[in-house]
Amino acid sequence: MADIQQLKDIVTQVRRDIVRQVHAVNSGHPGGSLGCAEFIVTLYNEIMDHNPDFSMDGVNEDLFFLSNGHISPVYYSVLARAGYFPVEELNTFRKLNTRLQGHPTTHEGLPGIRIASGSLGQGMSVAIGAALAKKLNNDDKTVFSLHGDGELQEGQIWEAAMYASANHVDNLIATIDVNGQQIDGSTDAVLSLGDLKNKFEAFGWEVLTIEKGNDIEAVVNGVREAISLSRKRKPICILLHTEMGNGVDFMMGSHKWHGVAPNDEQLESALAQNPETLGDY
Amino acid sequence: MKVYENTGNKDTRSGFGAGLTELGNKNENVVALCADLTGSLKMNEFANQHPDRFYQVGIAEANMMGIAAGLTIGGKIPFTGTFANFSTGRVYDQIRQSIAYSDKNVKICASHSGLTLGEDGATHQILEDIGLMKMLPGMTVINTCDYNQTKAATIAIADHHGPVYLRFGRPKVANFTPENGSFEIGKAVHLQDGKDVTIVATGHLVWEALEAAKELNEKGISAEVINIHTIKPLDEKAILDSVKKTGCIVTAEEHNYLGGLGESIARTLAQHHPTPQEFVATQDTFGESGTPAQLLEKYGLNAANIAAKAEQVIKRK
Repeated sequence: MADIQQLKDIVTQVRRDIVRQVHAVNSGHPGGSLGCAEFIVTLYNEIMDHNPDFSMDGVNEDLFFLSNGHISPVYYSVLARAGYFPVEELNTFRKLNTRLQGHPTTHEGLPGIRIASGSLGQGMSVAIGAALAKKLNNDDKTVFSLHGDGELQEGQIWEAAMYASANHVDNLIATIDVNGQQIDGSTDAVLSLGDLKNKFEAFGWEVLTIEKGNDIEAVVNGVREAISLSRKRKPICILLHTEMGNGVDFMMGSHKWHGVAPNDEQLESALAQNPETLGDY
Repeated sequence: MKVYENTGNKDTRSGFGAGLTELGNKNENVVALCADLTGSLKMNEFANQHPDRFYQVGIAEANMMGIAAGLTIGGKIPFTGTFANFSTGRVYDQIRQSIAYSDKNVKICASHSGLTLGEDGATHQILEDIGLMKMLPGMTVINTCDYNQTKAATIAIADHHGPVYLRFGRPKVANFTPENGSFEIGKAVHLQDGKDVTIVATGHLVWEALEAAKELNEKGISAEVINIHTIKPLDEKAILDSVKKTGCIVTAEEHNYLGGLGESIARTLAQHHPTPQEFVATQDTFGESGTPAQLLEKYGLNAANIAAKAEQVIKRK
């Protein structure tokens, strides 16, 4: 088990990896990636029982599905730092012939990825299927998924939400990245999501909220609590409140950095705010 | 001429149901999902015998495709069941991203394809599904001709790793292929030798092609008949060998002539051996309400039209 300082060090390095990947190709999604760094680092370094010696079926392992695939930079960084593939490969992000496609895919055989995502709204269904397969296999491990809050505007999410509670998919913990932002502006301005806690509860889910989604301790405790609530005939939803662009001051508090790369000067500033901890690739 | 006997009209969807039941008993990794059409897809027997491996997802086809993709992670072989329209057009992006691009071992099983769904009309009659599915990289596309072949194909696709679209239908049609016959994905079935014209058909129009060959024979025209149950990958060699002998071809399918079997064959011929071709298919139109027999007659998807097109194409040689 990692201690909190070790997790914080990984997060700082992951932030560097995110901005460097996006800067190198002047393309990608830094805002949501930075916002979810604490959560994904926590899953892979503190919570999940997983094997970097990757097998697609992942039997007897905890599984993670990233439904909002555009935050691939954080996912790639965490997987590389966890040993799924060489960290130097982060240099190939979004470049021709890379395994690190703009949005995650199994098509190029990148270890750690079990489904393509990016076209939004599909990951909860996939996570349910994987959770059902675990039940059939008498595999008692947990399936985690992550979704953007804007992504909840897709109807398929609610088909999946209805199915998971009706069928007691209680080995599933679906986390919503509640950062209140999407490409065109705030979620309230684009299409208000209303009261998400009430919505998921009305759909039959157990809902818990992590108010400080960028605080490692709060995330660790929140996810542990979610696991303790699982296997009680209800799927679990975590409403993870994060700040888009967290850890890079000029990216925080705005939807502007959803899909925009920093220039050279901005990169320098972002890196200065996040000193190297584990070594750059 | 070889004589094929219709052992009694049967619906191809029941062949699917029988194949799925048999598979359920011999392969414990086979699971089935249905979107509120269990009776229509003849999946009841599987559901009754294996309730732990049957997932009723309700009227939520997008979710069904995603769950099926997820079930493959853990080694399951999911068979999804709904009408052809809701198996393809309604969920194209889910199939594209979560199944085809992700190379997931999902078998998309589609009943009530084409006009012969009948009275429900064009909202439910898809004539574009073969085109949609064959354009997806890595997708295998199969359209079986009768009950026996549908049963055999259902069993065979479980042993093939990768996404498959299996298309069958509602009406009772001639059952003439061997009971418990073998089914080889991608391999054309040569049914009748001939020298004047090649007739290539898929689905229940294969029987109509055999009937057309009989009519033509009475007029002294010798027609070769090939059953293409696998539209992708296409058995190009079987088609090219035949047209090199006959010099012309008629293709027959219950599908739009854009995007269907005929178009795949036209592309093959254009590339390798340009040959006059006529199409028995719908002509870029939606369907409509009517009995299956009335619709097949109105849209010319029958033996009489196949024979007429054969005579036309022979004149173009």
